[in-house]
Amino acid sequence: MITTNALIYIMVCIVLCAASFSFNRGKTVAGLKKGWRMFRNIFIPFINVLILVSIALYLIPPTFISKYLGAGSGALGFITAAVVGSITLIPGFISYPIAASLLQQGASYTVVATFMTTLMMVGVVTLPLETQFFGRHVAVLRNVLNFIAAVIIGLGVGMIL
Amino acid sequence: MRAHFKRMKPYLLVTAFVIGIILSYAFRFQPGEIIAGHFAQSVIEMLTFIPFLFVIVGLFDVWVPKEKIERHIGPQSGMKGILLVTLLAMLQAGPLYGAFPVAYILYKKGAGIRNVFIFLGAFSFMKIPLLGIEIAYLGIQFSVAKTLIALPLFIGIGYFMEWYLKDRNFTINKLD
Repeated sequence: MITTNALIYIMVCIVLCAASFSFNRGKTVAGLKKGWRMFRNIFIPFINVLILVSIALYLIPPTFISKYLGAGSGALGFITAAVVGSITLIPGFISYPIAASLLQQGASYTVVATFMTTLMMVGVVTLPLETQFFGRHVAVLRNVLNFIAAVIIGLGVGMIL
Repeated sequence: MRAHFKRMKPYLLVTAFVIGIILSYAFRFQPGEIIAGHFAQSVIEMLTFIPFLFVIVGLFDVWVPKEKIERHIGPQSGMKGILLVTLLAMLQAGPLYGAFPVAYILYKKGAGIRNVFIFLGAFSFMKIPLLGIEIAYLGIQFSVAKTLIALPLFIGIGYFMEWYLKDRNFTINKLD
């Protein structure tokens, strides 16, 4: 999975770089610098998560995950995913290695998709901040609507995959 | 001293982990060796695509004229506006709370309420850096299924918000 993807990314990367470079050298260098800066910013947080995931993989047995978050976990696994996803504040790029290992260990697509969508779309912890921008009423409304959407998406993705 | 500690904090776990791994190998502590194996595998996995992904993101950033897009997402922009504001959201990066200041700027520049909320929605699940990582870890089927269900829902939320906030003196405030 990863290696085929890596090949595609490398190829797209080479083609885009070549095209960009032939049109405008300065812009290309600026773009590469920008990309490098973004990579540097996420590198250490990413490594930290990979450390925690590898330790958790050792400590938590797959049977535990498939029992509580697997296909047989029913509504409980689903509700856990929705609540934990809504409350916690984990940056998107960091949550994917976690999601992938949950799937590997036997969690169901519905549970993982719901966790990811609520994580991305609902922000209970950042609600005070959001209130300052939109006002309390609109901020709460947006989060409620997003929560409903996130649950629908989680169920839908679980049904398709 | 405190500022120094704050700067070093992200490296604390890495340092402790590396020391732990070295000790595990030195004393043949098996759990440590197994964890190190997991870790090495996932770091290699990550390094095979993340740097390339960010080069792609960086190039998008310099080539797509964001300012030009921002001028075409007003209240009367219709389908074209929805398309453009989705594209604009895809070109962003960072956490959702980082999108609120951008939403403020867009609103101030004349974007319609509908497009502001479509922007926030698309920002939360269609950012290119995020999609790139998602496809690598969860597979393209996951991303396609998610996007196909989510996009209509969030366009719907945009229309709902526009209708709901029409006569309610809605504004977006700037943080002081």
